[in-house]
Amino acid sequence: MNGPIATTAPAPIETEHERALFHHIRHTGRGFKILSVVLALIAAWGLTAWIWQLTHGLEVTGLFRPVYWGIYITNFVFFIGVSHAGTLISAILRLSKAEWRRSVTRMAEVITVLVLFFGAGNVIIDMGRPDRAFYVLLHPNFRSPLLWDVCAISLYLTASTIYLFLPLLPDIARLRGKIGGWRERVYRALSFGYDDTPAQRGKVEKAINILAVIVLPIAISVHTVVSWVFAMTIQPMWHSTIFGPYFVAGAIFSGIAAILTFMVVLRKVFKLENYLRPIHFDYLGRLLLVMTLLWFYFTFAEHITTWYGNEGHEMKVLSAKLSGPYSPFFWAMVATCFVIPMSILCRRSTRSIRGVLIASISVNIGMYLERYTIVVPTLVNPRVHLTQALYSPSWVEWSILAACISAFILLYMGFTKLFPIVSVWEVEEGMRHGPRETAERIKTFLPEEEEKKRTCTTETQREGSAETQRDMGEEKRAGAVAEAVAGAGADAEGGNK
Amino acid sequence: MTRWGMVIDLDRCTGCGACVVACRQENNVPVASEDDYYKGRNLDWIQLARHVDGEYPNTQVRQYPFLCMQCDDPPCIKVCPVGATYRDEEGIVGQIYYRCIGCRYCTSACPYSVKVFNWKKPTWPDGTDRRQNPDVSIRSVGIVEKCTFCHHRRQRAKEVARAEGRELNPSDYVPACAEICPAGAMVFGDLDDKGSDVHRLAEDPRALRMMEELGTKPKVIYLKRVAEAKK
Repeated sequence: MNGPIATTAPAPIETEHERALFHHIRHTGRGFKILSVVLALIAAWGLTAWIWQLTHGLEVTGLFRPVYWGIYITNFVFFIGVSHAGTLISAILRLSKAEWRRSVTRMAEVITVLVLFFGAGNVIIDMGRPDRAFYVLLHPNFRSPLLWDVCAISLYLTASTIYLFLPLLPDIARLRGKIGGWRERVYRALSFGYDDTPAQRGKVEKAINILAVIVLPIAISVHTVVSWVFAMTIQPMWHSTIFGPYFVAGAIFSGIAAILTFMVVLRKVFKLENYLRPIHFDYLGRLLLVMTLLWFYFTFAEHITTWYGNEGHEMKVLSAKLSGPYSPFFWAMVATCFVIPMSILCRRSTRSIRGVLIASISVNIGMYLERYTIVVPTLVNPRVHLTQALYSPSWVEWSILAACISAFILLYMGFTKLFPIVSVWEVEEGMRHGPRETAERIKTFLPEEEEKKRTCTTETQREGSAETQRDMGEEKRAGAVAEAVAGAGADAEGGNK
Repeated sequence: MTRWGMVIDLDRCTGCGACVVACRQENNVPVASEDDYYKGRNLDWIQLARHVDGEYPNTQVRQYPFLCMQCDDPPCIKVCPVGATYRDEEGIVGQIYYRCIGCRYCTSACPYSVKVFNWKKPTWPDGTDRRQNPDVSIRSVGIVEKCTFCHHRRQRAKEVARAEGRELNPSDYVPACAEICPAGAMVFGDLDDKGSDVHRLAEDPRALRMMEELGTKPKVIYLKRVAEAKK
């Protein structure tokens, strides 16, 4: 609990932010320990359930002919969707130079990398012969959307792991010699000789920027290909051209919701109030609101075309969703994905941290229901009705779902015991250079002429010709920049405090 | 080019179920327990699907012998990530049991829902394992299987023909279901052979192909009285 810190070597001097953000690495609370044990037990139970399934075959699931896919494939689509939280959002924020990103990016990127294992893992759990999974490498059939998935997801996992690791390097360099114990060895191994010299730092920053550009199309491709697993078949309500963008929008939607949920929890548990401030939740809440509307638009467009077209087989699936056995799930999805987040997020007064938390949890539940109502009703209502039965998942499937979520949270908690969940160097860099850089950037947005008129001395302006004015402009502008920097810096500071 | 196909005359079919039993015996399909049957876990490659034709009060209930349509453009082979399901040069759609990873993408992509999955290890009660057909492999748990038009019979017929030093005679190769049909409702042969019965019947005005509009080009063709089909 309050373990001896650096008893062997004298502790190097720590900055204020290092002290605050390394705190959760050093100190493990009682709640943390209890929660880890509980989560580990659930994960172990899920592992038992999987072993049970491996020994008995998929007989132990609730699946049957023709409902060959159920909870596992829903998990796969959902977890891959949640993975869009980190890398995609973080890359967009980095590329658009959003200063407020600095304390958010790390905690988001970790979600991506960790949740991807469970996304891809659920496909393996779903397989009848997981021992043959490597056959996709031995006998690949490149016409299969599932093989496109294998390619896209492995590329995505690689790219987002590097994208998590690179911004971690400067922090690992800072952690060396400060935590001690077995972790010191981990840091030494992971730093690969990185000492955070200015030259090295420059290279890392450049690499991060390049990777942020590369990772965007990869992330978009991943969920597009996931949607094509369904859309490329000719099954009713799967064979839809908008599935690609619909799934990507849904993925970003559930991704933002996942980040927000984690942010609220981490803020509370690790006392990060100084780093995750109401403005972060407000901005991400607005983004979530935009995605809520986009989600509604896509869902509406998808269902209205089916309904208007009134094609027999498609209508069977649609009516199963709207008024049939899957209507509770469908309407719960509409409530949790649209009505609840929309009504909370559209007003400034309710877009508080608590409001955002409720909205994001609601969206997470809703997006799971969405994936479920995409996967299952189509299979329950095939073109040929040989069996009249409804799919209900078995205890094995529920256990594995619970275990996936628990193991994911457990791994995330493990990460916080090794690395700071807020990027220390990025926050410090933001404190040092952020206000000036932002102010300079803002200068470039503003019209120059107006600027001159305001700052030029009245005399020269009245008498001077166009030429003299241009000459004068250079000098004056330099002065004006300095002035604006001071002003904006003060603003930014005011905002930070 | 040979293109094996089957015509099923629904006006002749009595719904006796002999084809289902013959298929099970020929292809070592385990008999599902009653419980499994109601759960939708039976593995039959051919089954009788009850279908109501016409509108009330002019209805007629028919039993469709329902098997793999042996599509010429099968949706199932495109989606298999490991190429475990294939269409051979004579048009038969088969399954490589030792490569299938059991992802069930093909079963989900098949518009006819005719591919089946081994939910558990097959059981052979009462010594039925001693009556297994040695020409057909026993499938393991966790893989997909399907009707193959008994292509092991084609293999055997070709070997016999080669040994006798002659061409394959169309009547040498008939799947078990067509062979057993007491009503003569199932006719099997080469659809591209202009002189064959199956070719002639496939051109019959009563001929209909299941979900032809999907473009799967099924090679199992049903015959049904036109007047009723119109209704």
